[in-house]
Amino acid sequence: MRQFQGRIVTPGNAKAEAVVTHAGFNTLASLQKSLQFGDKTAKVNDQNNPELYGKPIAGKALCLPQTIGSTTGGMVLYCACAMKRQPACMLFANHIDSLAAAGAILADVWLEDISMPVIDCLGEEFLSYVKDGMTVTVGDHGVVTVE
Amino acid sequence: MILTQEQQEILNGSKGDTMAKVMKTLVMYGEAFGAEKLVPITGKYNHLVTSFGLGVIEPVYELMDKLIEAGAVSGQRFSVDPRPLDKNVPKNFLQNIIFKFFMYNKQDFYEEQLKKLGLMDSDAFTCACYLDQVGNKPEKGEVLSWAESSAVVYANSVLGARCNRNSGIMDIMGSIAGFVPYFGLLTDDGRKASWVVKIETTKKPEAQLLGSAIGMKVMEDVPYIVGLDKWLGTELDEQACTYLKDFGAATASNGAVGLYHVENLTPEAVEQGKKLILDGAREYVIDDAELERVKNDYPVIWKDPNAKPKLCFMGCPHMTLQQLKDWTDKVEAGLKKAGNAKVVIPTVFTAAPAVLKEFEKTPYAPRLKATGVITSYICPLMYMNNPLCAKMPVITSSNKLRTYTTARYYTDDEILLQITKGGK
Repeated sequence: MRQFQGRIVTPGNAKAEAVVTHAGFNTLASLQKSLQFGDKTAKVNDQNNPELYGKPIAGKALCLPQTIGSTTGGMVLYCACAMKRQPACMLFANHIDSLAAAGAILADVWLEDISMPVIDCLGEEFLSYVKDGMTVTVGDHGVVTVE
Repeated sequence: MILTQEQQEILNGSKGDTMAKVMKTLVMYGEAFGAEKLVPITGKYNHLVTSFGLGVIEPVYELMDKLIEAGAVSGQRFSVDPRPLDKNVPKNFLQNIIFKFFMYNKQDFYEEQLKKLGLMDSDAFTCACYLDQVGNKPEKGEVLSWAESSAVVYANSVLGARCNRNSGIMDIMGSIAGFVPYFGLLTDDGRKASWVVKIETTKKPEAQLLGSAIGMKVMEDVPYIVGLDKWLGTELDEQACTYLKDFGAATASNGAVGLYHVENLTPEAVEQGKKLILDGAREYVIDDAELERVKNDYPVIWKDPNAKPKLCFMGCPHMTLQQLKDWTDKVEAGLKKAGNAKVVIPTVFTAAPAVLKEFEKTPYAPRLKATGVITSYICPLMYMNNPLCAKMPVITSSNKLRTYTTARYYTDDEILLQITKGGK
């Protein structure tokens, strides 16, 4: 078990199974198709991300360096939250990018009864340590426990 | 973050709950990036990325309704990304039904919302809003609240405007408030380069391939590109701007680039030169072999990789007037060489409605039509994002379209050969 200290972007607690990508998470390429065609598990459809391709991320602890791609990214993430198909939490090794931040903040401010804690600045060691299937807990004050 | 008295009062609810939420959104957004203040937007027009009435993004329309009902509409008028549908673009019976009744069944509703929110005009649907014919071209140094990755990277890099890579919805939040948080690409420090990219190719690199290579390498960092002026020259003329339009779109979609500098060419690189490069900047050398490696690494996710292409899309981002003219010449010459009268693969060239109107006035328009090429204002990406199109073998020279759909990338020369002569 290891603990990592990050920074809270949007608050909350969560405990979920890790799904990990070491490449940038392209939000539009990953999620648009599954949101559009009723996949409640939100399987990733990004052909450029073999680590995630075909894996469901709804309710999972999505561990990533940052998001990339189209500026619809934040809107897509906001819609995933509104449709309750969002990850249980998003855990960024790097500083969060502007698109993911927008999606998480829009959901936090404009949607009711939605929780998707987002922690960033967890460090490269976090992404080296965490593996698919591990249990990740988002505690208080930006502390993330991986076991 | 330190707010002005006016901003603080709005946050406290002086203009109602909805405006307070708009302000809270911007404050949280800024705080996530250490912004110490909100600064006024100085650009004349905004640009939004969300142009499609996709039934499934109902939450967005609900939010827009909340804004309209509260009178929280944009102080700026805006252009918006391309429409998703056009009757000119080939589609079969089933696709037609899926598009009209299932996917984009909210298109008319959403366009009404856009009008209420401040749409420039009914033709203002394009990702290349900065083209002269469209008229949303910011000045150097102007502060923007734009979204659309290809437009943001062009505005920052080629025009020297200042805009972060804002997300859809966040774009209109800034415009409604009239302020954006001051961080990242709005600041002088945020516009410094942490990568030096050296171009050492033996010929002019394909714009969309070079952009892809750089985007995948530097992700969201700012690259300072050396050696590209050898191929583009040192003047931001029509040819150079067109190249940078396509190049930038690939950097932004294959990575997350919001600004690049090209030595001796783009405005800040001309003014400041190597002073733009941060200490400890990393280096990336691109030669012919590296571009070939990048191209060969693209996955082909067609069910049958050897299938004959059924459709070709060109114009993501939208083509310029000059590109339409140049491609008319190229397609005609290619057909003549191949001994064909019309293109052998259904081919769609996409451009802004205002650009297409200008093109229709030129003698090139009937010539292009005679080759069988269809012109459209559509967004190819929106067209392709459904299971029926996903199964179609579509080819493109757009690295953005390749990234987000099942379309297969070919260079411009390869595309020309395929549509005029045929082949796999």
